[in-house]
Amino acid sequence: MSIHDFWTPFSLFPFLNSLFIGISLASIFFIAALGLTIIYGTMGVINMAHGEFIMLGAYTTYVFQTFLGVPFLICLPIAFIALAVIGLVIERGIIRTLYQRPLDTLLATWGLSLILIQGIRIIFGGEPKYVGVPSWLDFQIEANFIHLSGVRLFIIIFAIVIGAATWFLMYKTTMGIRVRAVMQDKEMAASFGIDANKIYSITFAYGAGLAGVAGALFGALKTLFPDMGSGYIVEAFLVVVVGGIGLVGSMFSAGILGELSSIFSYFTNETFARFILFTLVVVFLRFRPQGLITDGTTRR
Amino acid sequence: MSNKRRKILKGSAVAASAAALGFPSIYIKNASAAAPWIKKKDKTIKVGLLWSQTGNLAVIENDSTQVALYAIDEINAAGGVAGRMIEPVVIDAKSDIKVYSEKISQLILKDRVIATFGGYTSASRRAVAPIVMARDHLFYYPTCYEGRECTQNIINTGPLANQHSFDLIPFMAKEFGPKCYLIGSNYIWPKESNKNAKVWLENVGGEIVGEDYVPLGGSEFTPIFNKVRQAKPDFIFSTVVGDSDIAMHKQFLQEGFKSDKLPIAALTTGEIEIRAMGAEAGAGHFLSAPYFQTLDNPTNHKFVDGYLSSKYGGGGVTHYNMEETYLSLYVWKYGLEKALAQTGNIEDITPRMIRDVSGGIAVEDDVSPEGKVWIDPDNFNCWLKPKIGQCGSDGQFKIVKAADEHVAPDPMSIYPERGVCKADGLHTPDGKIKTDVL
Repeated sequence: MSIHDFWTPFSLFPFLNSLFIGISLASIFFIAALGLTIIYGTMGVINMAHGEFIMLGAYTTYVFQTFLGVPFLICLPIAFIALAVIGLVIERGIIRTLYQRPLDTLLATWGLSLILIQGIRIIFGGEPKYVGVPSWLDFQIEANFIHLSGVRLFIIIFAIVIGAATWFLMYKTTMGIRVRAVMQDKEMAASFGIDANKIYSITFAYGAGLAGVAGALFGALKTLFPDMGSGYIVEAFLVVVVGGIGLVGSMFSAGILGELSSIFSYFTNETFARFILFTLVVVFLRFRPQGLITDGTTRR
Repeated sequence: MSNKRRKILKGSAVAASAAALGFPSIYIKNASAAAPWIKKKDKTIKVGLLWSQTGNLAVIENDSTQVALYAIDEINAAGGVAGRMIEPVVIDAKSDIKVYSEKISQLILKDRVIATFGGYTSASRRAVAPIVMARDHLFYYPTCYEGRECTQNIINTGPLANQHSFDLIPFMAKEFGPKCYLIGSNYIWPKESNKNAKVWLENVGGEIVGEDYVPLGGSEFTPIFNKVRQAKPDFIFSTVVGDSDIAMHKQFLQEGFKSDKLPIAALTTGEIEIRAMGAEAGAGHFLSAPYFQTLDNPTNHKFVDGYLSSKYGGGGVTHYNMEETYLSLYVWKYGLEKALAQTGNIEDITPRMIRDVSGGIAVEDDVSPEGKVWIDPDNFNCWLKPKIGQCGSDGQFKIVKAADEHVAPDPMSIYPERGVCKADGLHTPDGKIKTDVL
């Protein structure tokens, strides 16, 4: 037929709305990546099981909501605490022994992800589950050209809140100063009396907890099944490689990736948008392998 | 002396390598060609069940496996086939196209099944087909598909494009308006279905206002819904499958769309999908299929009650895809019995022979939950009665339109220039006969 088969004809208001959708996509990217960034940035551990932590967070919410009738909003901190505890156990049990061998942490966490997927499959079966969205989120904002669903708005606000909370923890508390000290130079920090192992445990638990909250939120948007994590880990890694290891870098790269993916899928289509996005990331990394923003610290 | 020794060495080396390489390969070849698929002393007949119990297609395919096992139990309880019990070889294809093609080889060569039942996406059928054809084996594909193929080894018990969207599109255009937005998963079946849909829509003066595809397993629909809002269609024609379909319906609600203003007409959103997304997300939308759980006839009541109370019925619903799977096992049973009646010797039966005698085989009202269907003797698809259902708030479909007569399957309906599919191959307009056309 015509060229319109592939290119959407430009129309101002829907295009502006697609920018808002971009923010919504960016907030999902950001929430998915935050835990991974913090763990990688602090400990240098590439956590291949991050996607499965997200999946566990979603299933935790499902269990509490469906079987115990806990309201959705309360499920969020529960998912955080549950995953933080699981993270702590995993750090103490597996990761701790492998700090000197970064390649082995990669394999160990990947193996862990397979165990978690299979474990959930045994317990809950391969059937998809879903998390109910509370009725107070069942609204849409329709102002002029903006159409945004309540759930999306909630996720955007939540992304800002946990971004701010993480920033506060890292830059305004004694704990955060210790974490950043260990991040820059572990031995030097230790000589000032900072217990690096304790910092690692706490960071890993915090990162895992963030993944848990992410899972709880994504459960409201999408379907739950045991291997849902693999989709998010790609997005999360994309954010981390583009952004560099810092909090600010992740924020910017999530924003850019979300907007680009929304704009491309407005003009072309979902599949082609992914293709362009991945290509651009590869080109970008060719010229700036360290990512958008680096803290000026030694790269691992 | 040295010369002589050399000759001896050479000779023995040749003999040794012949023994090591040549002989076993000849031996294996003979064995596989000569050995009967079913031996007289066999107590069971093996069939392969090739569906995914895990991954993004498990939503549907897990139930296919369960209902196939249910049908096998039912046939075995009634005495089996040709005096033998059916022994299923259950495979998990993990929603991975590579696994389908690996496992079909294993089923044919190692397990030596007489036939394989499997697949829900055309991508998986296409992965399996070349191997099935190369081995002249037999594959039952029990769900809807786009047609456009003419193979000599596949039997299909679901509807073709001319047996579902052909009715659905004009129905939607008449009830809601001419403007249609196409959303599909990104693989061959949705693209072919949409090609068909465009032809049907043109026939009734409709118009396509947008077309979008998401990757298999993709779950982000807001950018698409933004474009839908811009294009203002009267209805959406969806060929989104698996868990993406569920995500789409949930986000449809969250975006504030209403099914009475903008209904989704689907070829795949049936009882299983509604169960997974929740009835409120499915209510008001339309599905075209030859079977619904709510069909009111004694055979269907027996099928629904029997299946749901069996150990396989934990899913709690029946679905067109499951019913077509159930039918395919009976079509196979009748085919095997017919082949046996013709040859008299069970050791002579080959998979291809079962296929060749399957033309015209009917599953009667007392077995088929959707009512009598039969296999077309030319293209080996199914004659059936298409129906359109609308989902209610209880997650069950109310039938709003049903064909009075059986509709013939026409795999080349929008490609008449490709030729006519007959039992021996595709008869092209220039008088040639092409076999195994994919």
